[in-house]
Amino acid sequence: MTGKETTPQSEIIGGRTISKLEAWLGTDTYRMLKGLVTNPISVIGLLLLAMFVFIAAAAPILAPVAPGADPYHIPRDGYGSVPKPPGADWTHRQPPMPFWWKAVTGHDQWIHLMGTASGQWDIYYGVIWGTRTALFVGLSITLVGAVVGIAIGAISAYYGGWVDMVLMRITDVFMAFPFMLAAMTLSAVLTPVLGKGIFPPIVALMAFGWMGFARLLRSDILSIREREYVLAAKVIGVRDSRIMFKHILPNAIFPSLVLGSMRIGSYVITFASLSFLGIGAEVGFADWGQLLSFARAWMTQLTEYWYIVIYPGTILVLFVLSWNLVGDALRDVLDPRMQGSR
Amino acid sequence: MVNYIIRRLLMVPLLLFGVTVLIFLMLQFLSPVERSALYVRDIPKNERVLEGVIRKYGLDKPMYVQYWNWLVGIKDQSTGKIEGGILRGDFGYSRTASQPVVDMIKHRFPATIELALLAVVPVLFGGVFLGVLGAVNHNKFIDHFVRIFAIVGWSFPDFVFGLLLLMIFYATLGWFPPGRVSDWANQVIQSGQFHSYTHMITLDALLNLRFDIFWDALRHLILPVITLAYLWWALTLRVTRSSMLETLRQDYITTARSKGLAEKVVIMRHALPNGLMPVVTLAGGTIVGLLSGVVIVETVYNYPGVGSAAANAAVSLDVITVLAFVLLNGFILVMMNLLVDILYAYIDPRVRLD
Repeated sequence: MTGKETTPQSEIIGGRTISKLEAWLGTDTYRMLKGLVTNPISVIGLLLLAMFVFIAAAAPILAPVAPGADPYHIPRDGYGSVPKPPGADWTHRQPPMPFWWKAVTGHDQWIHLMGTASGQWDIYYGVIWGTRTALFVGLSITLVGAVVGIAIGAISAYYGGWVDMVLMRITDVFMAFPFMLAAMTLSAVLTPVLGKGIFPPIVALMAFGWMGFARLLRSDILSIREREYVLAAKVIGVRDSRIMFKHILPNAIFPSLVLGSMRIGSYVITFASLSFLGIGAEVGFADWGQLLSFARAWMTQLTEYWYIVIYPGTILVLFVLSWNLVGDALRDVLDPRMQGSR
Repeated sequence: MVNYIIRRLLMVPLLLFGVTVLIFLMLQFLSPVERSALYVRDIPKNERVLEGVIRKYGLDKPMYVQYWNWLVGIKDQSTGKIEGGILRGDFGYSRTASQPVVDMIKHRFPATIELALLAVVPVLFGGVFLGVLGAVNHNKFIDHFVRIFAIVGWSFPDFVFGLLLLMIFYATLGWFPPGRVSDWANQVIQSGQFHSYTHMITLDALLNLRFDIFWDALRHLILPVITLAYLWWALTLRVTRSSMLETLRQDYITTARSKGLAEKVVIMRHALPNGLMPVVTLAGGTIVGLLSGVVIVETVYNYPGVGSAAANAAVSLDVITVLAFVLLNGFILVMMNLLVDILYAYIDPRVRLD
């Protein structure tokens, strides 16, 4: 908690000179950021993440759709059941050709860059627009899970006693279900209520995604509450709520945020798994798991139709990998026991 | 120790109560008509009859009454027979499997157990072995290799991995087919000469001395087992590695080394028992994880276990079946955690003295 004060000059803390940047960011944040950008593993992860953010942002340029069309509904080239290989020409209802296509390749004809799946859904469009789906799914579930979990963990630790007891037992009950199964079940239950689409699995994943945050934050608050600076604040008569929000929470919340970055990957996997099974995203929705489910019909001919598995599969794995790499590096940087052992 | 176990045991009924309440609350999203599948085989089409069914099974009564009925069942006034009641093992009628849920589970569970059992062994042994290997060679080539292996494994969705394996080993090489057994083997199994003792085909084939069927069943199991095991393998090895790294930095290990013990003895006798503590916790989770991982794996490989039935039911919104399956898994998880905690208290004195 040193270095929180900001001074224009560099100053000496703990016997060493620290830079302006470090003084401004605070020692802990500075150390974390420095760890992230000097660790090759996390640099790869961050670069991959940047690539995905770029793809999501540039989706209308990379894979333009006809004006007024729903971009998350993958364009399809007729209704034939046999997949077409990458490079095949668009024959029916071709979406607008991106402006860079001719400049880059010199061709006038817009093609199926990654082939089509059965039903002639274009895989390239699904992969590009699916990036937005994946980011939305991962971030929204993590955000809601973290907010709910942090609220429950904080209330539990703050009030203690029977409130703590009840909330923690409820947490235990939610944890008594395997995550993927609970999400699958609740999606099936919610589908008639919310309608078929991506929202039942998203809500289901939120409902079973908060417990880790609640437990982590609760235990962190309980340990910080015993620190001397908190006792000092109590002694001089600072209000409880102020101690909680100004002194304890800001210091306890960080591990939960790290947990969030490590969870995004597994949420996206679980969501994609549900789509793969046929729960959630409807056929033709721009979602990687949904695209991969087309492969189930061609099990014996996957040598020929490899592109149904390889393109969406690779991008899904890279997406999850990027979050896991960053999360893994963050954990190493933040775990004080691992310091100096790298 | 006894105190600890008693305290821990007292938690179990409370947790199981919570688990059933949560499942019951999910059931409330269904209309009374759909919920009547808990008690009757065919939901009647006729409205008058339907109302009679709803009234008979109290599906319009207050929630606590319905909860109690759901637990213990309802006595039919005319025949005196009790119908429904999950405590009696009656989970209602599965629309997708066209049979009572319990019969479906009984029928398909041996296949799932066979799959999960074959996966547990490579997970635990392989994971621990590689984890120790990584920790002992910390920051050397082999450690980096093990680490990358783990993180890539952790990032691979099991269905993508399964599809890749199918693409290579089935569609291209033709080595390992999906399904459970080949048609010819299935005919032998259905015939009178083959005795199904356990309904686990590999084991039954050995007991019947039919090595051709054993090999055939094994060929079908290899890919699902690898797919199921890979993710947990990665996790086990990651936990073992970091726990071993921490143990190897302890003072008592330095002492052991400085008194001249061979490195092998230091690692196997002194470090490993402590380093494996977190793996015990993980092992409980692994077994539950494998049992729920079968949902995806069995679907990818068309393997006829409870997992693929549950996935099928979820897709067709056959909620009664899915809820029964998840309830079963919840029970297994609670019991597994109990077992792990007790085991932990047994092997780690710090826990029971707390």
